Amino acid sequence: MNDLQFLTWVRGTGLNIAVSIFLLGVLWRLFEIYSLGRKKDLSAPRHASGASGLHTVFRRSLPPPGMLKRSPISYIGGYIFHIGLFIVVFLFAPHILLIKSLTGLSWPGLPSQFVGLAAVVTMAAMIVVLFDRINKPVKRFLSTFEDWFTWAVTFLPVLTGWMAFEHMLLPYTTMLALHILSVQLLLVVLPFTKLFHVFTLFGSRWYNGRVNGHKGVPV
Amino acid sequence: MQGPLIDTLVRQGVSRRTFLKYCATLASMMALPPTAGRAMADALAAARRPSVIWLPFQECTGCTESITRSHSPTIEGMIFDMISLDYQETLMAAAGFQAEEARHQAMKENAGKYLLVVDGSIPLGQDGVFSCTAGRTNLETLKEAAAGAAAIVAMGSCASFGGIPRANPNPTGAVSVSDIIKDKPIVNIPGCPPIPVVMTGVLAHYLTFGKLPELDDKGRPKSFYGETIHDRCYRRPFYDQGKFAKTFDDEGARNGWCLFELGCKGPVTHNACATTKWNGGTSWPVESGHGCLGCSEPDFWDAGGFYKALSMPADPLKFVAVAAVAGAAVGVGVSLANRAKKGAAKAAHETTTLADLEK
Repeated sequence: MNDLQFLTWVRGTGLNIAVSIFLLGVLWRLFEIYSLGRKKDLSAPRHASGASGLHTVFRRSLPPPGMLKRSPISYIGGYIFHIGLFIVVFLFAPHILLIKSLTGLSWPGLPSQFVGLAAVVTMAAMIVVLFDRINKPVKRFLSTFEDWFTWAVTFLPVLTGWMAFEHMLLPYTTMLALHILSVQLLLVVLPFTKLFHVFTLFGSRWYNGRVNGHKGVPV
Repeated sequence: MQGPLIDTLVRQGVSRRTFLKYCATLASMMALPPTAGRAMADALAAARRPSVIWLPFQECTGCTESITRSHSPTIEGMIFDMISLDYQETLMAAAGFQAEEARHQAMKENAGKYLLVVDGSIPLGQDGVFSCTAGRTNLETLKEAAAGAAAIVAMGSCASFGGIPRANPNPTGAVSVSDIIKDKPIVNIPGCPPIPVVMTGVLAHYLTFGKLPELDDKGRPKSFYGETIHDRCYRRPFYDQGKFAKTFDDEGARNGWCLFELGCKGPVTHNACATTKWNGGTSWPVESGHGCLGCSEPDFWDAGGFYKALSMPADPLKFVAVAAVAGAAVGVGVSLANRAKKGAAKAAHETTTLADLEK
């Protein structure tokens, strides 16, 4: 198999398999999680829950008082790499084209140099939070294989994409194929690891906010 | 017409100055040091016309057309004249027995020294009967001619990589020259068709230095195939700015924006079109408003469609619907199992009474 055949395979069969596993996993887990349900809380609400769920969705994106000072790397680094990932994944013209061809949805992209810069910043932030995780005894103690693994499968697509863009190390065709392959690895593991927070994040926040509001602790 | 090349050139009215300029241009095009231009001129001027045998196999004659189009007024064409083209079915006057005789004679007289040019792929299916010349299969002819060749030039994508005949489902079992011949130096000059100056450049290099130029991992001369179309494309700044033509006649297309979204394969195609251009530097495919097809890469025909952008799926996602249904089914199944488990736990639950606590 030469490099162009490799690229055509990842664009064809490989993508087909990866997207299928991704969809299968996402639907499976969403059905499973949201069908679990909770026992109905029969107590009278202490506080009209109102928009407490929605508030929590936003409030949990902000650091609680004092936490930014105690754990600046987690918050600032986390912000930077999440926003960076958003720019790199959703605002790079070739990516938009892929999404358009899969879903029909389309929006304007950003200049590729800017996206390239965002990729560098994203990788830098990810490396910093990784070192922080290794460096802080508590974080290290709490980390399992899944944490290191999900970091790696998130980092690899950014790295290979950027290297393909910058023509580093390997010929562009091979690097582009490796980039697509690494994204496929990410797609395959996403539904079955903590990376599934992409889908469950706002739902669980909303749920927590609502329950807390019911108990009289609206936020 | 024997004798040193420079004599023939003088007879044809080419001045020494023109000839030196040509050699210097060729040397710089092939990324050789400036002194190589001089060496090339000396070697070419003194060169005796090497015998060249050109074998056409499963091909469309587009490669020959390409070379001849560069022919008439250019010095490249003259250089082409200066080789002793002893066998070329399309161009030679002889036919039938005479033609075959000319080939055999050239092979005998120049054994071990002639240059073999091949265009077209070689069919292996059905014992190779898909393409025969003078009652012999291409495979036989190639093996026989390759045995006495000093080097082989695979002209065009078919000879280099199998090309269009090899496209899925490859009904003739077509293969490239390098799939068959393993013991001779082979230079691949892919392209559909290849650029004329690449052919003459490789020839000049061979005459000057007595060996083939430096090749990449696909057997192509690095000097011409070292960079991608995309990297040398004059529309590249538009790619970087995110300005793309969406259709072939929209505002973007009229403004000359990048053709990536219209399926241009420039980013993965190694060729010299963007720098040498075609038809004496007149234009080239991307300049004429059409994306690169990737014709100098192996299996470009099966690389997911000419009008699909590189970042788009090469094939329709066939399993996706099935996977979605399966995922939903598994999800519902697991949900039902969980509910059953919860129900069973609820049913098995025993209420604790005060009496139980006092026990």
